[in-house]
Amino acid sequence: MADTIRYREITPYTWEIPRTGDMRVPGLVFANAGLMERAGQEKALEQVGNVACLPGIVKASMAMPDIHWGYGFAIGGVAAFDREQGIISPGGVGYDIACGVRLIRSDLSAGEVADRVPGLVHELSRNIPAGVGRGGEIRLDSRAMDRVLSHGVSWALEQGYGWPEDTDAIEDGGCLEGAEPALVSDRARQRGLSQSGTLGAGNHFIEVQRVERIYDAEAAQAFGIFEGQLCLMIHSGSRGLGHQICTEQVKLMAAAARRAGITLPDRQLACAPIDSPEGREYYAAMAAAVNFARTNRQVLTHLARRSFEHIFNCSAERLGLGLVYDVSHNMAKFEEHRVDGENRTLCVHRKGATRSFPAGHPGVPERYRAVGQPVIVPGDMGTASYLLKGTEEAMSLSFGSTCHGAGRVMGRRAARRAISGHQLKMRLESEGITVRAGRTASLAEEAPEAYKDIDEVVEICHRAGLSRKVARLRPLGVVKG
Amino acid sequence: MNDYEIIEHTADIGIRAFGDTQKSLFENAAAGMFSLICDPSLVRDAVAFPVSLEAEDRETLLVEWLNELLFLFEARSIIFGRFEVDRISEVRLTATAYGESLDRERHRLMADIKAVTYHMLRVIRTDGRWEATVIFDV
Repeated sequence: MADTIRYREITPYTWEIPRTGDMRVPGLVFANAGLMERAGQEKALEQVGNVACLPGIVKASMAMPDIHWGYGFAIGGVAAFDREQGIISPGGVGYDIACGVRLIRSDLSAGEVADRVPGLVHELSRNIPAGVGRGGEIRLDSRAMDRVLSHGVSWALEQGYGWPEDTDAIEDGGCLEGAEPALVSDRARQRGLSQSGTLGAGNHFIEVQRVERIYDAEAAQAFGIFEGQLCLMIHSGSRGLGHQICTEQVKLMAAAARRAGITLPDRQLACAPIDSPEGREYYAAMAAAVNFARTNRQVLTHLARRSFEHIFNCSAERLGLGLVYDVSHNMAKFEEHRVDGENRTLCVHRKGATRSFPAGHPGVPERYRAVGQPVIVPGDMGTASYLLKGTEEAMSLSFGSTCHGAGRVMGRRAARRAISGHQLKMRLESEGITVRAGRTASLAEEAPEAYKDIDEVVEICHRAGLSRKVARLRPLGVVKG
Repeated sequence: MNDYEIIEHTADIGIRAFGDTQKSLFENAAAGMFSLICDPSLVRDAVAFPVSLEAEDRETLLVEWLNELLFLFEARSIIFGRFEVDRISEVRLTATAYGESLDRERHRLMADIKAVTYHMLRVIRTDGRWEATVIFDV
């Protein structure tokens, strides 16, 4: 058993884990004292320290306030590696490659259409397959799959699953370059084929939400958001395709790390030099999974728009169901960052962390460039989710990153023991939240009390400057697997 | 002592499996993993899938074995309830997994296991008894 990790607060909400042992850089955690203590107890800080031992890591091994124990890398972790000297690690991205969130606006006032929400939630649950082992309506043949993997969302638009203007509102314009479909194995394809157009299970969801509060009127206006508005949020990932790619790559990388003479504090940290055959192959396969995940969220958006059309008997265009933004929180990307006065290309790993680029950054869509990148942070189904904006401070503090959600505090089985799914459903419905879950028993695993306080997590990011609050959204209806 | 027990971390679930032999250890680990997905008493013996694998060491062999079963479950929609390891060494395994086609109404699936991880992975033998620890990404 390792010693207790020592840390100290260097500026408000910023804690340093000093270098010890094989750590090449210090650890840096954005949190308050309570969250630090919890992260220490569950060994998540030790994981931040382990990542600091990997070759080519720049500045610090970081974690956002929603930090919790993960396998290998902590969830909420951000680590940037030098392009020449550094490594890339599938474990630093996670199994659910490009898991992410998208927010869809509307011209509807939630108050005026309150009586339609239960019907809408029901319609969404009918049209969008969710839950373990549930297949989708949309079957891809292998040529279509190749196109999804290499070109991303543009495939969906060619099929009529979306609007041309959706593309600008997706990180990287809906296609991460450098994807090589040939590197996606038959097995990964097989797992992906049966699951395209499905939501998945676990913490993935579709929520109908009401904009409860606006904090930043200028940014809200730029994002097309107003108080009382009805919105839709989708949280899903790359499904079995991404899981299979990560599974295969972790195995290959374990061998690659050994050959490169990299000592791993944990096998799940398996990695390879960025500039090596294994490193390049992982990036190209990961990028293909990223394109798959975003296309899948695009297909889900299409199905959701159709559900709205059915319930409101009006076209999605007239309902104003535009895409606000789509952002991934499990990814590795090459980005330009300024480090000690020098511009460098870094491979930024975000595992349960969201990109948070400021106003004026070329990576931010033109229509938002005056205010900054929309950051979407999903909360638990009983509390709230947030729309934030990226900041200049995030660029200098956290390689342009902020939190990705509330972060769990209770294990899934512990939640099942403590909470009855049936009672939870009744409680949420008494609070005016319509719930459609594939299995009521599984609902308990995602209960609000199983998560950290989203308000606290977002507030810390706001005060530390990693992102700024734009709007708080309250759930009105939830579709779960 | 049980064939396996469930261990839990904040965001993930794992199992600790036991066995008098490496063979029974691997069978129990598979049963433990599938017990998280579905109540084993609901799964009938209707089809048999042969599995044959090689890996570089015993730990990796265990991860490969469980990943293989997870792949068959997801890609072929087969739910497994019983496992027989026919032959096993440190790096090689031949086995048969018994189960049936997935029926979402009857099987009432629970956890969505995305993958078998290498985190905290351990296969040990003490006093003639085998023990393995595996964490899943859910």
